[in-house]
Amino acid sequence: MTERVAATPGIYPLPDWAKGTLSDLKGHQKGDLLSGDEGGEIAETYDEVRAEFVDDQLEAGLDRVVEGQGRWDDMIAHPLAVHEGVETGGIVRYYDNNNFYRDPRVVDDLGFSGDVAAELEAAADLIAGSAAGDAPLAATLPGPYSLAELATDEHYGDDAAFQAAVADFLAGELEAFPAHETLFLLEPSLVTDPPADGTEERATDAIATVAGATDADVVVQTYWGALDEKLYAHLVDEADADALGLDLVAGDRDDTVYNVQEYGATDSVSLGLVDGQNTLIEEPETVAERVEWFEGRVPAADFETTYLTPNTELFYLPENKYRAKLKALAAATEVLE
Amino acid sequence: MVRNPSANRAQFRPADHPNESFLLTTVVGSYPKPKWLNRADELVEDPDSKFDDDDLEEAHDDACRLITHEHERAGLDTVVDGEMRRNEMVEFFAERIDGYEFNGPVKVWGHNYFDKPSVVEDVAYDEPWLVDEFAFTTNVAERPVKVPITGPYTLGFWAFNEAYPSTEELVYDLADLVNEEIEKLVEAGARYVQIDEPALATTPEDHAIVGEALDRIVSGIDEDVRIGLHVCYGDYSRIYPEINDFPIDEFDVELCNGDYEQIPTFQDPEFEPDLALGVVDAHTAEIEPVEEIKANIRQGLRVVPPEKLTISPDCGLKLLPREIAYGKTENMVEAARQVEAEIDAGEIDVDAPLADD
Repeated sequence: MTERVAATPGIYPLPDWAKGTLSDLKGHQKGDLLSGDEGGEIAETYDEVRAEFVDDQLEAGLDRVVEGQGRWDDMIAHPLAVHEGVETGGIVRYYDNNNFYRDPRVVDDLGFSGDVAAELEAAADLIAGSAAGDAPLAATLPGPYSLAELATDEHYGDDAAFQAAVADFLAGELEAFPAHETLFLLEPSLVTDPPADGTEERATDAIATVAGATDADVVVQTYWGALDEKLYAHLVDEADADALGLDLVAGDRDDTVYNVQEYGATDSVSLGLVDGQNTLIEEPETVAERVEWFEGRVPAADFETTYLTPNTELFYLPENKYRAKLKALAAATEVLE
Repeated sequence: MVRNPSANRAQFRPADHPNESFLLTTVVGSYPKPKWLNRADELVEDPDSKFDDDDLEEAHDDACRLITHEHERAGLDTVVDGEMRRNEMVEFFAERIDGYEFNGPVKVWGHNYFDKPSVVEDVAYDEPWLVDEFAFTTNVAERPVKVPITGPYTLGFWAFNEAYPSTEELVYDLADLVNEEIEKLVEAGARYVQIDEPALATTPEDHAIVGEALDRIVSGIDEDVRIGLHVCYGDYSRIYPEINDFPIDEFDVELCNGDYEQIPTFQDPEFEPDLALGVVDAHTAEIEPVEEIKANIRQGLRVVPPEKLTISPDCGLKLLPREIAYGKTENMVEAARQVEAEIDAGEIDVDAPLADD
């Protein structure tokens, strides 16, 4: 019997009050973005934001709780953007969106940072102190392939060495994380800028390096369309993922189903079911139908776990709609019971 | 195909124009708001203040009068009110079009947000968007008034689409509404309309959608009305020569920011609409000297002859300090007048405009 788990990869929109407070405290310019050593009122504001994110998820009834990543000014490039071996360059476009992040220029060794571990510790403390003290924590990190794609290497010298260094860095960060049930590795670049023919294994090795650094279930979340079929096969066989995340909202979902029919699947699967980039709120019944549609089309449909997720991060949405998306996911698991 | 720019250009030539040659000078639209106007916008939201909506309207009127006259003082041939009544280029129109709703701000980058609206049902025309604004400005202006309108592609793609099967279909419906608005503006006397499509720069592969939308926008609009299209901050080689097929009179580009590296893009095949060339940078806070701007204007002559060249800043100037915006505009007009005189005197060879005198 497949367990259905409502979860998100995080990177939530700041509450409107915090948008105002933080823009007053930090400013609007490139040089005002987070450096990772913030303190005082800025740190206190982020503590309040984190508490609100945890409450939002517990109230919605999600099966995994994330920290929410309110501090990630640079979206999934955050772990590098705040790293001391990195200088931030110009503002560059974040995939095919009207969003921008600071180009992380890696100029020195990517040693241990601990930035993400610290915010996860804080989230774990919040959960432990809540009425739902046993709610499982999910951690979020960029996948090594996407993070290396988003960054500029000015230190390691070649693509292979850089990708491996980014993977080692992420694995080192992960080892310092508090106990977590699930790890989401966000890998949109696998779809948008796939590895060149013949270099798939380098990408899957990098992912396996990170996945090997945690005992948690690892979800490699891909989005913005279907994976190339050859790359999909590599990921299933080599990435050491418990679940591949597949986008059923953007792009052609029949291509995704074809991949699964043709090349099999990971033991568990994560489905991008609600649109992280549209304010239209899916009915729980619609979300449930999408799960059944997918499970009904793939052979040996007995996944250990099906994760019900948004296809992308949720920061694209206004705050009221982000909360509604959480509720739709949690309610869909009840429809499926 | 291109409209007929030579049929509508002469009406913008002032009666007392000093030179035989005429480089039409204009602006893209937005201009720095006086600080007091920003305070007024905040004050009207303050429940403890007696400052009410009527007071704000008076403040907007005053600001529009002020900036229109500031444009005239700078010597522009065609003027705008600086978009003093507008908050943001999508929000302003979405507030006036039935079918949009607002849910709150979303992140663009860092702590910069935008109140990105959602289209929740078929869009429809309710009340005029810009006719009152135009009527006011044209009444206080002595020069012809240009009307910038955010284009349907940008109004569609910079919103959440909840209602239409595809955003392309939404864009075409919006284009019909823009057409309706332009008809009303023309009825009120407008003869110069600029469609702003910054979203095209981020997705140039959609140029055919913009072309189809423009066909709808200009449907039934007489050729004495000048229709411009402004697209900024992109790789123009990805939309040229396709824009030669757009039904427009003028294509307005931002090239000063890139030091005119993209000029060769427009040289082959022949550029068909009039060229509105950005000759001052909208994002540097230094006023370019007249001589530098004259050299920039000559870059435009590499693409079109003087009678097809319009002179404009790269983009809206609203992010600059006001005195810098004014200085740039004033020097821009002075540079255009000097270039015209040099063409008249045979000092500039329009077939080899970069050659020394």
